[in-house]
Amino acid sequence: MQPVDFQDHRHDVRIGYAADFAGPLLDPERPPPAFIAGPNGKAAKKRYAVYRNNVTVSLINALAATFPATLRITGVDFFRAMARFHVRATPPTSPLLFEYGYDFPDFIERYEYAGSMPWLADVARIERAWLDAYHAADAAPLPPQALASIPPAHLADTILTPHPATRIVRSRYPAVTIFAANRVGGPVTPIEASEPEDALVTRPGMEVVVRRLPPGGAVFLTRLLAGEPLAAAAEAALTDDSEFDLSANIAGMIEAGVFNDIRGGG
Amino acid sequence: MNEMANIQLSRASVAPRFPAHPVAGMAGTSLKHDHLPSIMANGVERGFFEVHAENYMGAGGPPHDALTRIRRDYPVSLHGVCMSIGGPQPLDKTHLGRFKALVDRYEPALVSEHLAWSTHETTYFNDLLPLPYTQTTLARVAEHIDEVQEAIGRPILLENPSTYVLFLQSTMSETEFLRELVRHTGCGLLLDVNNVFVSATNHGYSALGYLGDFPLEHVGEIHLAGHAEQADDEGDLLLIDSHDGPVADAVWKLYDIVIGQCGPVPTLVEWDSEIPDWPILKAEAAAAQAILDRHAYRFMPGKAHAAG
Repeated sequence: MQPVDFQDHRHDVRIGYAADFAGPLLDPERPPPAFIAGPNGKAAKKRYAVYRNNVTVSLINALAATFPATLRITGVDFFRAMARFHVRATPPTSPLLFEYGYDFPDFIERYEYAGSMPWLADVARIERAWLDAYHAADAAPLPPQALASIPPAHLADTILTPHPATRIVRSRYPAVTIFAANRVGGPVTPIEASEPEDALVTRPGMEVVVRRLPPGGAVFLTRLLAGEPLAAAAEAALTDDSEFDLSANIAGMIEAGVFNDIRGGG
Repeated sequence: MNEMANIQLSRASVAPRFPAHPVAGMAGTSLKHDHLPSIMANGVERGFFEVHAENYMGAGGPPHDALTRIRRDYPVSLHGVCMSIGGPQPLDKTHLGRFKALVDRYEPALVSEHLAWSTHETTYFNDLLPLPYTQTTLARVAEHIDEVQEAIGRPILLENPSTYVLFLQSTMSETEFLRELVRHTGCGLLLDVNNVFVSATNHGYSALGYLGDFPLEHVGEIHLAGHAEQADDEGDLLLIDSHDGPVADAVWKLYDIVIGQCGPVPTLVEWDSEIPDWPILKAEAAAAQAILDRHAYRFMPGKAHAAG
């Protein structure tokens, strides 16, 4: 046994095998690397194909696990074909698969075969937000009585801090209704909704909850999440939608666990 | 050093420490969240659970909630899948930090990683990819193991891979490569008996011969799993390490021989896709436990050592 020379290779950043092995993994047009073989001079085409298949199929499976409602809507074959294009074009850059798929909704929007389902990308956006909420840091949601502790004179300047799980997904389509109908098993029921729906995703405890935001709610909450005080956010919401109801919005959002903390102004 | 001790002390005072839960002589299973209700309702008399570290690298939520509850009652094995120890490029420091944080938080009974790579440049391939066995790769892999062990403050168990191809540039056998890694880094080994059977079949050598060359005295954990059958370019049997079914009879036989040689080493039954109901997985673990128990008496302190 020769002694190992630890000095020699320390700064040799690139040793060829990984680059040459990795290149054809996601590109079926490229031949397998020349330096691999089976035993006794056997060929390695099918052998290398095992790795190709593992990579592609496991990443498609990862997307299927993150976007189950999207899959249920399109059917398995459609979804897997669409996901295969995405996996090859945009493989993950993080070893954490729950961080994969942020670009998938935009890909769906551009995917020509999904053109007849213009709401599909928004359903996928809700599913991506769902997984963010699932893995978000644990934090106690703001209790309902917290707002009552702020003196009325300071309410306008009050800042509400979002819970780490809180996400908003805006849609021009009834995306929340379609998401909710397809996120569960059982028979598919016809969807009657046609109004635009903005989704609120929260996780006050261990359960992720997706609900519809009331009129003006998305603008109101987006401003609050950006750190704007209550009065400014309410004004923006009223401008967006004259039906905006401040107290109903705040009550609903506190009940949903949107906020983590409150800071009175003044 | 003092600062380090202070940090550890302050952490200990905030986070409740878990009980030690020794893992010696036990069979365990992969932890699947679908099985949690059954595990919580009925308990497990004796056994441990292994988790893939990456699934618990989020900030919070149900994964940590579940692992915390499991860790309170059972020994836990932390199995890293994507450190890319076998790759030529430097380890991902952020990922190593996350791994260390999990080791600190859950104080697992066992910590392991793979002799494989999964990231090249910025692409994560989500598979355990093979490497050539040469002096150059040996030096690089040894550096990576040193770096991991230094970061987490304890030795890891390195798992032998299942492979489908051989590298023309290899100059060492896999067992020789593993033996040298142990010698240079002080790491232990995770012997995956199914991987041995899969690789031996795929490359036309004897699984028993491989085990005869394997440094069994450094094995700290054993993996068992199911495999699938395909064909290579010549139409011969090519086994796939699929983790989607029961352990094969031939693998059980090899396992029995290994335990007879190295004593009741903690053993995990892996089942990662086509996951069955809990009683079926539990029965696989019970079959491993029976083999462990059958050999255990010969390795008890005070008994004549029958191994070797």
